[in-house]
Amino acid sequence: MADEARLIDLDGLQGLIDALSARGYTVIGPTVRDGAIVNAPVHGVDDLPRGWGDEQDAAHYRLRRRGDDAVFGFAAGAQSVKPVVFPAHELIWRGRRTGTEFTVNDRDADGPVAGPPPPYALLGVRSCDLHALAIHDTVLLGRGYTDTRYAERRAGSFVVAVTCTDPGGTCFCASMRTGPHPDGGFDLALTELMDDGPHRFLVEVGTPRGADVLADVATAPAPESDVVEAEAIAVEAASRMGRTLDTDGLKDVLYASADSPRWDDVASRCLACTNCTLVCPTCFCTSVEDVADLTGDVAERRRVWDSCFNEDFSYIHGGSIRTETRSRYRQWITHKLAAWVDQFGTSGCVGCGRCITWCPAAIDITAEAAALRWTPQPAAAGS
Amino acid sequence: MTSLIDNQHPGRTGAIDDLPADPMVPRPYRISRTRQDTRDTFTLELEPVDGPLLRYRAGQFTMLDAFGVGEVPISISGDPTRPGPLEHTIRDVGVVTHALITAPTGAVLGVRGPFGTSWDVTAGEGKDVVFVAGGIGLAPLRPALMELIARRDRYNRVVLLYGARTPEDILFGDELRSWAKDHGVVVEVTVDNGQHAWRGRVGLVTQLVPRAGFDPRNTLALVCGPETMMRYVAAALTDRGVPEHRVRLSMERNMKCGVGLCGHCQLRELFVCVDGPVLPYSRLAPLLSTREL
Repeated sequence: MADEARLIDLDGLQGLIDALSARGYTVIGPTVRDGAIVNAPVHGVDDLPRGWGDEQDAAHYRLRRRGDDAVFGFAAGAQSVKPVVFPAHELIWRGRRTGTEFTVNDRDADGPVAGPPPPYALLGVRSCDLHALAIHDTVLLGRGYTDTRYAERRAGSFVVAVTCTDPGGTCFCASMRTGPHPDGGFDLALTELMDDGPHRFLVEVGTPRGADVLADVATAPAPESDVVEAEAIAVEAASRMGRTLDTDGLKDVLYASADSPRWDDVASRCLACTNCTLVCPTCFCTSVEDVADLTGDVAERRRVWDSCFNEDFSYIHGGSIRTETRSRYRQWITHKLAAWVDQFGTSGCVGCGRCITWCPAAIDITAEAAALRWTPQPAAAGS
Repeated sequence: MTSLIDNQHPGRTGAIDDLPADPMVPRPYRISRTRQDTRDTFTLELEPVDGPLLRYRAGQFTMLDAFGVGEVPISISGDPTRPGPLEHTIRDVGVVTHALITAPTGAVLGVRGPFGTSWDVTAGEGKDVVFVAGGIGLAPLRPALMELIARRDRYNRVVLLYGARTPEDILFGDELRSWAKDHGVVVEVTVDNGQHAWRGRVGLVTQLVPRAGFDPRNTLALVCGPETMMRYVAAALTDRGVPEHRVRLSMERNMKCGVGLCGHCQLRELFVCVDGPVLPYSRLAPLLSTREL
């Protein structure tokens, strides 16, 4: 890859956005909105969070001025690209009743469009979120049944990844081996170089499609020293993550912890607010909502994000399976860190740290996993 | 993931034409008959508005849709060995089930499926087969019983242990008598509460297990009912020596999709909709012992 790496400057970054827009993509990238880094349509470098960084800790998120000109100098934003390729609300079908007949259309022309139109170019995707995309590909496309709407959005998406150079206090992708340097799943990958030289980006090409787009952008060959510097930045970033998660034998730890007293402890803090599942880039649980007009002649079904922290998530006739918060937190963390491995072959956690940052009660998945590891189990307590 | 990317037409979704049909979109079926079985339980016969009759395996379920009201998973209760209308036996317990059982003959409902695993009653050929049903749990077992009866000579002793709340709640009464009289099925029924006119047994269905007279080492057991009942029945069966992997339970969980995508039906590593609903007790035993898992 090293001999293929190219360099672009800020004009080149603008050129890349222009080239993608010219090909019909809606370019979605990081912007500053409501005091946070939020993905939104971008038209140029000026839309990006230039000079902005962030500080993140449990239940804490603040933007800060970096004091430099970095365009990607922040950690995981409030949301991953999940809402772009897997929207929180989506029409599944609309049906019309005529007499006793009922016809269903899965692609109704006048259906609501959620967000800007596809196809999307996803700009600035971090390595943690690239791994989350790959996980969603497995969950939603790689099994017996396919989420056809996700497939459509995903297939058309162009991915420009970015190496995280300034990780946050809740980051732990290094210990999940999912970052900070993008290792695949992108069309193009950028590493922002902010040394004494000019402000520039090392560009790696991941696909022929990426090369094709890059050919429309003014680039220069990357000297070996810049390739080495980009690698060094990633290594240095990996050493500055605020959290770690020990995954060694974690599945067995969680399966053995089903009756752990720790669940009561975490339930005394957890508000079951669902924030963690909403910001998690891999949480995929959904529900459906049925809506009919006043006559009952037009009905539609929408898929909406759901959360295992909602009491009615597990409702069957007679009551919910998981009535207590302890059971719902146990379901979430056990699924994420253990059952996911059995179901999909990887952990469901990519170490982005969002669930820690956005938990209003400052519950920390890495701390809870560690506590479960060291909490004596009731069955083993007497031995 | 790169296989999804269309290099020739960036942004175009040409590969989508090759994708399978959307499993979330229902097919229209017309109600050809609604039969009242008991005070609160009805059997719907459905025929496709267009296209062939649905092929399914005993134990599978569909997602039944009352348009504009909602969709629920319901086990198929018909006879898989004979072509005919699609049958579902439904208890009137919620908004959607009420809309389904009160829909007029000729009304169009939505059907997705069939989904899930089957009872695979043929694994009991050359063995004794014990069916244990609690309440509406008899309905999902009926297709397996019909399949067995169609090849009755291939099975040894066949027992149906059935627990209902009251004598008035007993499902498929005529068929129970026919299975016993004409097809060599030992049918034992018990109720939770019986009035003076009831001359049968009163008590839990688990109490029928010891006197069912099957050979535990050579038995396939198929169990369907409330989860607590299934747990006790499975324990009673395995205590008598039926191997855990030959005790099969049909699990109930919240389901929004039926195809393993919505996440609602998860039981630790299992997606009950695609890994189940029929699952061997050997897989379920460690999961059913934890409360609220």
